[in-house]
This record gives sequence, C-alpha cells and structure tokens, in this order.
Amino acid sequence: MGKTILKVDNLKTKYITRYNEDVYAVNDVSLEVEEGKSLGIAGESGCGKSTLALSLMGYYFAPLHYVSGDIVIDGKNISSLEPDAVRQSVLGQEIAYIPQSAMNALNPTRKIINFIEDVVLAHEPNSDKKEIRQLAETRFELLGLPKSVLDHYPVELSGGMKQRTVIAISVFLSPKILIADEPSSALDVSSQKMVIKMLLDLMDRGLVKAMIFITHELPLLYNVTDDIMVMYAGQIVEKGTARQTVFDPLHPYSKGLMGSIIVPEAGVRNSKLSSIPGVPPNLKHPPQGCQFAERCKYVVEECKTHEISMRPAEGDRAYRCIFGEDVLRKAYNNG
Amino acid sequence: MADETCETCLSGTNLTKIYAFGKSRTVAVDNINFCFNAGQVISIVGESGSGKTTLAKMLLGLTNVTSGQIYFRGKPLDISTSKKRKEYWKSIQAIFQDPYSSYNIFTKIDDVLLDCIHLRGGRKVPKEEKIAMMEEACRFVNLKFAELTNKYPFELSGGQMQRLMIARVFLLKPKILLADEPTSMIDACSRASILEMLLKLRDEINMTLIFITHDIGLAYFISDEVYIMEHGKIVESGSADEVILNPKEAYTKRLINDVPKIYEPWDLSTVDYHL
Amino acid sequence: MRNTLKSIFKDGKFRLGFGILVFLLLMIFLYPLFVPNPPLEIIGRGTFFPPGVYVSNLDSVSGAPIYSLTLADAEAKRLASKLSLEDRAEMKTYLLAVGVPEEQINIEDTAALLALWAEKYDPKLNVKGMIFAKLQYYRRLNDKLVSLLDSEGLILARETDGVLEKTGQVLPLDYVNIGEVSSVRVLPLGTDNFGRDVLTELVKATGVSLQIGLIAGSIATAIGLVLGLISGYVGGWLDDLIMFFTNLLIVIPSLIILILISYSISQSERGPTTIAIVIGLTSWVWTTKAVRAQVISLRNRDHVNLSKLSGHSTASIILRDILPYIASYVVMAFILQISSAILAEASLSILGLGPKTTLVPTLGLMMNWAMIYQAHILGKWWAYFPVIVVIALITFSMNLINTSLDQIFNPALRE
Repeated sequence: MGKTILKVDNLKTKYITRYNEDVYAVNDVSLEVEEGKSLGIAGESGCGKSTLALSLMGYYFAPLHYVSGDIVIDGKNISSLEPDAVRQSVLGQEIAYIPQSAMNALNPTRKIINFIEDVVLAHEPNSDKKEIRQLAETRFELLGLPKSVLDHYPVELSGGMKQRTVIAISVFLSPKILIADEPSSALDVSSQKMVIKMLLDLMDRGLVKAMIFITHELPLLYNVTDDIMVMYAGQIVEKGTARQTVFDPLHPYSKGLMGSIIVPEAGVRNSKLSSIPGVPPNLKHPPQGCQFAERCKYVVEECKTHEISMRPAEGDRAYRCIFGEDVLRKAYNNG
Repeated sequence: MADETCETCLSGTNLTKIYAFGKSRTVAVDNINFCFNAGQVISIVGESGSGKTTLAKMLLGLTNVTSGQIYFRGKPLDISTSKKRKEYWKSIQAIFQDPYSSYNIFTKIDDVLLDCIHLRGGRKVPKEEKIAMMEEACRFVNLKFAELTNKYPFELSGGQMQRLMIARVFLLKPKILLADEPTSMIDACSRASILEMLLKLRDEINMTLIFITHDIGLAYFISDEVYIMEHGKIVESGSADEVILNPKEAYTKRLINDVPKIYEPWDLSTVDYHL
Repeated sequence: MRNTLKSIFKDGKFRLGFGILVFLLLMIFLYPLFVPNPPLEIIGRGTFFPPGVYVSNLDSVSGAPIYSLTLADAEAKRLASKLSLEDRAEMKTYLLAVGVPEEQINIEDTAALLALWAEKYDPKLNVKGMIFAKLQYYRRLNDKLVSLLDSEGLILARETDGVLEKTGQVLPLDYVNIGEVSSVRVLPLGTDNFGRDVLTELVKATGVSLQIGLIAGSIATAIGLVLGLISGYVGGWLDDLIMFFTNLLIVIPSLIILILISYSISQSERGPTTIAIVIGLTSWVWTTKAVRAQVISLRNRDHVNLSKLSGHSTASIILRDILPYIASYVVMAFILQISSAILAEASLSILGLGPKTTLVPTLGLMMNWAMIYQAHILGKWWAYFPVIVVIALITFSMNLINTSLDQIFNPALRE
C-alpha cells in the first residue's frame, strides 16, 4: 500500500441559495487517494461531482459553505484553514484544479509565459524571471509542448493545445494532487486523447502524486483511473476499482449507469441499453432514506424510511444499498 | 413500408456551402454527394468544424445552398419562395442539440403539443379528442400528460424536454426527422431512452431518421448507414457495421481509435503530441 | 399571474420604485383638490420669496385681536435676528479700537454686546486711525441700534389733510394668533422669479412632464420596435434601408434635430403635446438599433428554427417567438425613453425652445426660469432644487420598477 496523499472524512458542504435555503451538494463524502493512484468520480449532471471538486480544495466562497468533515492532504488538515491561507499555501502547491472551462479562463491579452510568472511569483515573490523561463521551457519540453507556445497569446492556440497549456501551468509547482473536472469534454476526440495522455504522463513522471478525475463519460473514466466512485444526489453510492465498477456494478444506480455505455465496438449494436426512469431528487428537499429509492426498480418499503449507509463488499469495495451483494447480483441476472 | 424502403428520400449532388464575409471565404461543405434511403437511420459523424451542422441546415432548408442540388424524393428540391419552403417543411422536422433553447420559454407544454395538432389540420377536432391525441403522444415518450399540463418546458429535466420534442414529432408525423446531436447535452441514463424512442418513432410513423453526431459509438449503435465527414467532405460511407468495424479510410480509423473503449484496450501510444 | 404579482410586490426594489411613482401620481391628482389655485398665478410682487408662512401685515395689526404676552426672550430674539454677524463684527472692531479689552467682548451675547455698545459708543469721539466713511457707518449703525432698543413700539397713524391722527399702537409685547389672521398663505417652497407659488407650479409641471414623457416614450418605442423587428427579422434590402436612415439620424445628434424642428414651429404653436411628438419622432433611433441586435441574435435560435419548420408565418413567429423574448428589454427601453424625454424637454426648455411659457409649467420650463433669473447664483435653491429632485425621483422609480419587472417577463425567473 502506498502513502495516502488525500484523505477526506465525512465531508459535508452546502450551497445557500438566495432564498436562504440550504442545499447539501456534498453530503457525507469520505475518500482516500494513495500515491501514484488516480480516482475517478462518475455521476450525472447535478449529482454534486463538481461541487465535490471545489470542496476538496478547501477554498470556499459564497454561495458554497463548509459544514463539517476533514480534508487531509499528505498529513496536513486543510479544512480548518482560512481562505487566504488556503490560497497562499494550498492551491497550486498542494492541490491543483482544472475546471471544465479552464481553457477559456486565460486572459486573452497576456502571453502564456506571463501566466507562469504569475503562478511562480505568487508563491515565491523573489524569483528571477529568466530562471522561470528556463524552468518553463524544460517543463514544456518534458510535457511535449513546443517552447514557442510560451510566447503565444491564448487565442493563437487550438482548443486542445490551450487545454494542455492550462494543465501545464496548473501543475507548474508540482502539486501533490491534481483535480481535473471534465478536462476534455469540450474537445474533439483526438484532442481529448492528447489531454488524457498528458494527464497520465504527469502521473508517470511524478509531477503530480495522485489525481482525481471527474467526468460523466464512463468509457473515458474506465480507461484513465484506477478506482471509480459513483455519486448520486451528493452522496457516494459505490466505490471500487474501475473494472469492478464498470463490469460488476452493485448499486442499482451504478448498474443503470453502466448499462447505458455506448462504445463503437462489436456487439454494442445489438445490446439492450438500460435507462433509469424519473429524475434525481431536488436537493433542497431531499427525500428521507435512500436518495435513489424513488427511481429504483428493487425498492422496498424500508428504503424510504431508513438512512442507508455505505456497506463493504468483497474485493475491497463499498456501496450504499439495503441489499446484500448476492441479492443484487441475482436480481440483475434475472433482469 | 416495403415499397418505401427502396425509395430514395433525400439525396444530394455536388452540394457545396461557402460562407463569404468580405474577402474571406470559408468552405463549410465541400462538394458532397449522398443518397439517404427512406425509412432508414442515417448517421452523419464528424468532429467540430467538419461541416455537419451546416449540412443539416441545408437539408432543413434553413440556409441557402451555394452550389449543387438537393433532391427530395427524386425531384430537385425547390425552396426558393416562402410558399414552397413551407410545403417542404411539412415533410421534415428537427430535434436540436440544446433542449433549453429549443422551446419558446413563454409557451406552456399544452400549447406546444396543441400547436402540432393544429398544424396538422386538427384545429376543428373536438377538445376531448385533442387531449386524447396529446395523451397518446406523451404516453409514447413515457411522459404523463396529466403531470405536464400547465407547466413550462423548462421546468422539466433535459431528458424530459428532448422526449417532449419526440412527442412533438410524433404528432407532426414528418417524412424525415433530422436530429442534430439530440443527446449530447443529456445524461447517459436518459440518453438510452431517447435513442430507443427515436427508433420506435421511426418504426411507428415510418420516417427517415438523419442522426448527426460527433460520437461514433452512438452512430454505430443507432444507424443503418454512416457517413463520416472531415473538413466539409464525406470521407467514408456505408453500412454501420462496415464502416465502424471495418473502416477503410485513415481518418475513420483514427476517429474510432481515438474513442475510449471498454472491451478492447484503448491505445494511447499512437498519440502524436505535435499535431 | 396573481402569484407573480404577489411575488414582485414582495421585492423591496419594486415596492420602493412603485411607492415613489404612486406618491408622485397621488400628488399630481390630489394636490389640486386642496390647493385649487391656477399654477401660473402670480401672487408675489418680487422675485424668489423664500419658503415660509406668509401673514398679511395689515390683517395682523388691524384685523385680529391683539394679545399681550410677556416673554422674556422675545426682545432678545428680535434683536438677535436683526443684528447680523457682520454688524456684530464691526461693533467688535469699534470697541477694540476704543480700547475695550478683547476678552470682555462676546459677540454671541446680544444683550451684553448692546450694553457695552451703549456704554462705550460716543458719536463725537474721533477714533484714531479710522477714516471718516467708517465713522459715518458707525453713526448709522448706532441709529439702527437705538431704534431697535426702543421699547415704545410703533404708533399707527392715519393721514387726513396733511394731519396725522393716531389710530393705534403696537407694543413689543403685542402678539396675534395666526389662526385669527384672515390672510395667511403657506408657501412651502416659496415663490419663483415671477412670484408664483413653486409647489403648486411643481405639482402641475410634474404631471405635464410625465405626460410629455409618456407620449414621447410611446411614440419612440413604437417606431423603434416596429422598425427594429422588421429590420432584424426580415433582413435583406429592407434592413439596409432602415439601417441607412437610422445611421443617418445617429450621426446627427438628435438634440440638434430637436432644436431645428422646435425652432421651425412658432412658439405660439408649441404646446406640450407638440413638443412630446417632436421628441418622440427624434429619439427612436437607439431603440431600433437595440431591438434589431436582439432580434438578430434570436433569429437563429433553435426555437425559431423549429417554429419555421412547423410552418408558422413570419408574423406569427415575430409575435410569438421573438417579441416575448425582447418584451422586458422593450419595456426597459420604454421606461428609459420616458425619462430621457423628460430630460430632452428640460434641455429644450432651458434653451428657450420648449413649449410656450404662458399655458402650463413643465419641469424643464421651471429649470429654464430658475436659470434665466440666476437662482443658482443667488442661492435661491427652492426654485430649482425641488425640480431636480422630482426629475431624479421619476427616473429612479422607473428604473427600479424596470429591473424588478424581469420576473414578469421571463417565466424562467419565476419561482
């Protein structure tokens, strides 16, 4: 077992709407990422996966608020830090974040090298600009980006190149953990592949020690990460290795999700896709008991009244359901 | 149905669209030829900038053709006057990518469906019958009409909105349905049911389904025929099994290779950083 | 709909804006019921009477019963109010010159100062280093002080054949009850340069200006909306033509056109309605441009494309798929047009090209009069400041209402 890089215990964060209602978008989430491992987070839009990414950084600003729980990065608890302290000593150095639209976040009037200077100077105000440039050149070469990119403006780069540049800037200070939130979903498949290769390269070369990868594209997640976590209505409903989660899902929601995978491979054409009826619950007024109960085929009366907690399953995995794994597998086999 | 399947529904010869602005000219669709058979599901696959959406707009008659000719049921398509255009639009319908911008936010769901009935000459039908028709359309897409009355479309989820779109098409009964990335903004779970409903609708009203997508897996799943587009040109076409499982062109091979898979390993070694 | 109305009335911004507007409208309608005087009636002989309660001197002396009140501070108050700061400073200068130590002089304490003056002032004394004119001034000041200190009061007399006959006396202790004086006029905002009651005039002017704004705003918005819709949705040569005229009007500042048109209509023909129409006809340009831009961005939206494919006519698409989307924008433009028309009328009137001055007042005319008679230089704030406040209130309230109306127009924003 490797060293634990990120450990999150019972993290709970909420949004406060403008009508002063609480929306628990991340509800009781625990996770652990070891050195050299990557964790995937899957789920439909609105399930709280992007909010989880924001919450993991420990940098909260309205309307997102911290409620309870611990975030420990490499032995250092950051959940109790002030926002300014988080910005100065955690972001960029300990944890880097690439949001979905990162490539559009670059100021169009500045050159790429200026952004890198900003990043370095923010953490080490006395750095020499020449040295930064040298460092940037070696780093870009290492990551397969042409040196000339440094002197370009963001608009002069193609979408894929821009996204890779943003990633290179984000990890310039070699953070311990990288959180990538749908880094490739706005890109074409060929650019997507480049971005993914780059992320995996970063891990291989040890520039980041661990990665959290968030996407709704399951085939992508299956190919990129070691472990997969499935989120539903702000909660984790299943945790396991990528293989287990995709080919042997336990939670009825994961089962439905995995049954909707479409890939251009023989056999897919004649397979029956599964779909889940209904819509996710409104997190302003979450239902009692299991959040998925309303849409679940196998629901029993108890699901709607009892709080369901995560239960372990064979093969070092866990899921949130009232039924045992054998019962579920049998039910799935019978259709 | 048997006589319909061999009939050509839409075809095009040397179709070209050039966007000109001042002195700059952009060739969006470059001299393409195609032949869509009636009753089939045809996919047009391409990355962004391949010209697939421009082609869709030309097929819908929403934008002019620069050169070349579209044939509708064997005859040259003439949409030069607004009257002829309206006549053509009786046979073609569309579902667009973004369900949130596809609805008039000021129109309630009842009126959206009622409008379709009126457009198909049902203005004088008694009210009970209209409601029965709307209920049938909603049942077709697994929605409950009683729960939708007096609501606005944007109160539904994205998947439900796209299903309501299918209900519209069900009432309008066009000869051709053009679906432009209808599932790309929708969650995986709802995507499956929408694809199923599109196929069911094709069988129900015997229409041609033109499915435009960037997702080659999706195209493989749904279509009988696949057209692959690159930079405004059609690089490969043929039956879905032929094109996807046995691609001949390098571009098609690359496209399929670039998509992550689950049964076979995803080959990342071919990535060329200097593209 | 009722719920929507309820929810916008919960909005603080809307309530404030709506409240201000209702208050102004109530003023316009209710005030004439209580003060039925014509707004342009000249009641004051003289310019710029300050705000206050005006009591007829004659009626207070001869009409009302006189009461004697012994109020200790009454005399001091009268002296204090008559003795200006400059006079006091001059008195101090004199007293210092005749050798009174500075710490003994307190110019705040009127009684002590007067006592000191009476003791030290000598009209015959030739103060060293003081010019003759200054001495003369002190003599006059002394006369004034002596008459002030007079406790005999005033003797009222009537002249018959060159002979004065005493008819009565007003003592310093004499008071009248203001309720028993037959002629009292309250002028809360004083009078303007022509001696007209500013408040009555202002209330009327607010009504007339709102009317001008409404007419001009409706005309400008209607023209702008129709041209913008046609130009944006239909496009082609029609768009080119409309844009040609619009651009033509944009490069010529509308104020100049306004001035030219106003000037070409003789002043006797220029009523408020004429001015409103002229303003409306010259200010539709920006509405056209903005509506056109909005329509162009809507024209290629999916719901419009779908509507076309469904076979709806152009008119029906414009009415059902375009107009509702820009409704909130058009209302906003309308509200802005109203306030800018009020301002345009004000600028025209300030230049002397507004409606004829004999008929009704407008906010602009009031500003014009105040400016011509230099109210701002003379510090007669009541002649222009309330007008500015009213213009600001109208614009402010309309903008508040506008921003909170978004909820009505956009169902996606409703709860």
